[in-house]
Order: sequence, then C-alpha cells, then structure tokens
Amino acid sequence: MKRIKGKKRELNINRRTFLKGAAAGLAGAMLPLNKADASFWEAFFQKHFREMNDAEKKKVIQRLEREYEQKYKKEIKVGNESAIPGVLFGYGLDLSRCIGCRRCVYACVEENNQSKDPQIHWITVLRFKKGEKWVDLEESEKYYNPSQVPEPGYFYMPVQCQQCENPPCVRACPTQATWKEPDGIVVVDYNWCIGCRYCMAACPYGARRFNWTEPNRKPEEINPKTHYLGNRPRYKGVVEKCTFCIQRTRNGKYPACVEACPVGARKFGNLLDPNSEIRYAIEHKRVFRLKEDLNTNPKFYYFFAYGV
Amino acid sequence: MEKYKKTGLIVLAGVFLLFLLQSSFAESAEQDVPKHFLVPPPPFSPGIFPCSQCHQGMPVNRKPRKLEQMHQDIVLKHMPGGWCFDCHNPDNRDKLRLANGKSVSFEESYNLCGQCHGTILREWKAGLHGKRTGMWNGEKQYRLCVHCHWPHEPRFKPIKPLPPPVRPSDIK
Ligand code: HEC
Ligand code: HEC
Ligand code: HEC
Ligand code: HEC
Repeated sequence: MKRIKGKKRELNINRRTFLKGAAAGLAGAMLPLNKADASFWEAFFQKHFREMNDAEKKKVIQRLEREYEQKYKKEIKVGNESAIPGVLFGYGLDLSRCIGCRRCVYACVEENNQSKDPQIHWITVLRFKKGEKWVDLEESEKYYNPSQVPEPGYFYMPVQCQQCENPPCVRACPTQATWKEPDGIVVVDYNWCIGCRYCMAACPYGARRFNWTEPNRKPEEINPKTHYLGNRPRYKGVVEKCTFCIQRTRNGKYPACVEACPVGARKFGNLLDPNSEIRYAIEHKRVFRLKEDLNTNPKFYYFFAYGV
Repeated sequence: MEKYKKTGLIVLAGVFLLFLLQSSFAESAEQDVPKHFLVPPPPFSPGIFPCSQCHQGMPVNRKPRKLEQMHQDIVLKHMPGGWCFDCHNPDNRDKLRLANGKSVSFEESYNLCGQCHGTILREWKAGLHGKRTGMWNGEKQYRLCVHCHWPHEPRFKPIKPLPPPVRPSDIK
C-alpha cells in the first residue's frame, strides 16, 4: 500500500515543470502575433494565484481591471478578499419547502455574470415524483414548465456545486487551476484553467460548466462587483461553477440564491459557529448529502424540515 | 399569634412568588435574545393603515358574520372556529392582541402566530423557518410570517416558475 502511494507521488509531474515545458512549446509554435503585446505576456507568465504575494496579486488585478474596462467599456472591480479565519462555509436546503420556482437560478446568473447566450446556469432544479425512488438523479426532470409551482405530487431539488471537503474535481485538474480555499470554497482560476474539462468528468454532481464560446452578456448587464476567484468575467474555454457567491459571502453577505428564495428554503452560514442557521439545521433536522457513499464529503446539506 | 403566622406565610409566599417571577423573567430574557427582530414594514395594502382612521369611534361588532361594507375579501380559511378578535385588538384596531390580553404591534405579529405555532416560531428565530437576509455573520433582517402567509388564508400561494434551461436540441 505504502509503496504504491510513494510511486504515485514520484510519477506526479511537478506542476511548474509541466507548465514551463508547455509554455516553451506553445510560445514558439502557436502564439498569434497580434496577441503578443505586453499584457498578453504578463498574463501568460502569471504565477499561480496561491503563490503570489500581495503586491503581485495587486498587479494582476490591476491588469485584469484594465483589460475588462477596455473590453466592456465600464469599470469592473476585481476583489481579492481572502478567507475569514475561523470560517468554514456550509449550505442547507429544505426540500420540504422548495417549490421549484427557479428564482435562485436566475438570481445566480445575474449576480455571477454567467453567459446568457449560450446559456450557462450554475444551479439546476430537478423535479421528482413524490414517493418514487428519487435519490436516483437520472429519474429527475429539469425541463418542467407548468403554469404554476408547486405541482401536486412532485417535489424539487436544486443542485449546484456541493463544495466537497474532498473534491474529486480538484484532484483531476492537471494544472491546479482549481482548489479548495481555507473557508471550504472550491474555486477556479480562469487564468490558469486550460479547458481540459477533466474536472467536469470527475464531478459526481454535474456542477461544473464549460464556456464553449466567448461568454455572451451585454456590458450593461455585467455585475461590476466581482472577485478574482468568483464572478469576474470569464473567457472562452474555461470552466466555471458556484462559489457560494465568494464576492458576497467573504464580505459577510448571504449568497444571492439565499436572498432570492421566496420560500426561505435556502440556509447558509459558518459550520464552525454553533449559533449559525446551518448548524441549527444540522443539529435539529435529519440532513443528508448527495451521493454520500462517494466520500466526497459535501458541505451542502439537504433536509426535510417537516413531513413530506 | 395565629394571625402573625398567616401574614408571615403570605409574606413568604409573596417573596417566593417574586423570586419565581424574577427567575422566569431572566429565563425568558435569555431565550429571546435578540428580543426585537429587525423586520421590513408589515405588508399592508396601501392606505389601510392606521386602521383607526375608520375604526376610531366605530362600534365594535363581535358577531362572527360575513363582512359586507368593508374587508369583503377577508374570508377566514385558518384556525377553524376562529374570528377576527382572536388576533385583532377590538379596543385598539392598530394593534394585534394575544390570548392573554396583551397588545402587540403589527411589527411583532410573529408573537401572535407563535401562540399556536410555537415550534415554527422557535425555528423562525433560529433562521430555519422563513427567511433572513443581511449579514450571515452580523445583523439580519427577518421576513415576518405574514410576508409569506396571508394570515386570513395562510397556505403559501403557488407562483409561476421562471423558464426552464434551454434544451441542447433547441440550440441553433
Ligand atoms: C390569525 C390571526 C388573524 C385573524 C383570525 C384575523 N386577522 Fe386580520 N390580520 C392579522 C394579521 C397578523 C394582520 C397583519 C398583516 C400585515 O402585517 O400586513 C392582519 C391584517 C388585517 C387587515 C389589513 C389587511 C390589508 O389589506 O393590509 C385587515 C383589514 C384585517 N386583518 C381584518 C380582519 C378581519 C375583518 C378579520 C375577521 C374576519 C381578521 N382580520 C381576522 C391576523 C388575523
Ligand atoms: C376605510 C375604513 C376602514 C379601514 C381603513 C379599516 N376598516 Fe376595518 N372595518 C371597516 C368597516 C366599515 C367595518 C364593518 C364591516 C361590516 O360590518 O360589514 C370594519 C370591520 C372590521 C372588523 C370586523 C369587526 C368589527 O368591528 O366590525 C375588523 C376585525 C376590522 N375591521 C379590522 C381592521 C383592521 C385590522 C384594519 C387596519 C389594518 C382596518 N379594519 C381598517 C372599515 C375600515
Ligand atoms: C389561535 C391559534 C392560531 C393562531 C394565533 C395562528 N394560527 Fe395558523 N393555524 C392554526 C391551526 C389550528 C391551523 C391548522 C388548521 C388550519 O389549517 O386551519 C393553522 C394552520 C396554519 C398554516 C398552514 C396552512 C395550510 O393550509 O397548510 C399556516 C401557514 C399558518 N397557520 C400560519 C399562521 C400565521 C402566519 C399566523 C399569525 C398571523 C397564525 N398562523 C396564527 C392556528 C393558529
Ligand atoms: C420566507 C417565507 C416564509 C416565512 C417568513 C414564514 N413561512 Fe411558514 N412556510 C413557508 C412555506 C413556503 C411553507 C410550506 C408551504 C405551505 O405549507 O404553505 C411554510 C409552512 C408553514 C406552516 C405549515 C407547516 C406544516 O407543518 O405544514 C406553518 C404553520 C407556518 N409556515 C407558519 C409560519 C409562522 C408562524 C411564521 C413566522 C414565525 C412563518 N411561517 C414564516 C414560508 C414562510
């Protein structure tokens, strides 16, 4: 057992060597000449975000803000708030109250600058028949469209990134462009993501989305309050997903989906704070997590507050 | 002698009662922190509040009946056998009234609901039932029960869902 582990580590290509090699190859062969301005090279040789000091981060952020301003003709603030010490974020969803209205889906799109066309949604609401063997996600319907919800005989389950403590997507990434932050949020660095989509294949919850084309959103629709690891404008060929609204929650605010939910089915807070609403849910309700047998250990808890 | 004994007993009983009262106060104060919840304004129909603009000086009619001159839209589908004054204060229409006779303002209508829905009120305070907005690590605003439940017919009303995602087959 030990030997195998050791062997594996040896085989792991060191990330920097991997990238240096790749960069050298690419730089010679594939660079379009018109792109070879200073900003492009700065971006190309950008260090890994977690290895940068504050001054380096500041420089990168200034460059991004400049680029976004040129591209969208408006000021976009790229924040860089780090995790609050003593905080581990957790999320709760009361399935006995969710009515499947999709207010959360579109509040998320607005807050987090998802592409409108092609359409990217970070939240998918699944509909199940009551009483069926519903834990089978394959049996669900996501295109339901009645004139009114809730419909008798059905219940609804929104799914988004489950913020696993043990995230398979992170392990699958060959460039360490996605990782788990100290407050438990799994983030993506869109400037490091090479678009290989291994993380998407590795995610058991189908929670990651890929930008097949340049994301398409009117400049006036762009939410200018962003975070480097969250809702800043993305590029063609990168993967994105829910970050618990990192740009809001690291400033003490609730995620946009929590605020948008008309029935109050969405709960959020600090798992390390015994007085938080998420701890109340975990301690007083029978909570469960999706695909618990996979040991991904999600920090996204589902429960039925009262009888179905 | 007999008399002294009696007064002594009464005094003792009084002291004991006081003690009890005090400790129960302390207890309820501890349970109810924060005592006043930050809430958005009650969702009154425009122009209807203050109720006293009409009810001041109007005779109180305690007879359960179908209202015909006013409030025709209010038909109780809640707490079978109940009537307006189980909740509204007949002597001051700008207030609600608890079963124990205590007046409460419309900003505190949750205390009215909590008389019969105690568990839900407890969960509401903890942030589980209903909705809180604001700061997850700081000041929160609570939606009142009546923001989601019309008290006269409290079942949550169905709403229109927003559009489903685009089907891959619909992409041109
Ligand atoms: C279960 C308790 C309860 C009962 C019973 C009840 N009410 Fe109410 N009523 C309330 C509460 C609480 C509000 C405040 C709602 C708000 O904050 O907007 C209210 C609001 C109202 C309003 C203001 C409505 C508006 O449009 O804004 C009127 C008028 C009213 N009640 C009349 C009545 C009448 C008439 C009856 C008897 C037929 C009655 N209520 C029975 C609890 C009750
Ligand atoms: C525009 C005037 C007007 C306003 C404002 C008004 N009411 Fe009334 N209300 C009436 C009239 C008139 C009746 C008698 C209706 C009937 O007998 O058919 C009535 C009846 C009632 C009753 C039934 C018991 C009784 O005394 O007849 C309740 C309870 C009541 N009102 C509560 C309220 C509350 C609570 C508000 C404020 C949120 C309010 N009303 C605001 C005019 C008003
Ligand atoms: C005097 C007791 C009493 C008070 C006060 C009271 N309720 Fe109720 N409530 C009941 C009873 C009994 C039922 C169950 C029977 C029914 O549905 O009418 C009920 C049912 C409900 C339901 C479930 C309705 C359904 O059809 O699923 C809701 C929601 C509700 N109440 C909300 C409220 C709110 C909000 C308030 C405060 C404005 C309130 N109640 C105050 C007694 C009360
Ligand atoms: C953010 C909206 C919201 C708020 C605020 C809210 N509720 Fe509810 N409540 C719901 C929804 C949604 C349901 C489930 C649908 C239904 O049965 O109406 C529900 C269900 C209920 C039920 C029925 C529970 C059961 O076992 O079937 C009662 C009773 C109730 N609420 C009382 C209250 C009381 C009392 C308060 C305030 C202390 C309150 N609610 C605040 C949204 C809300």
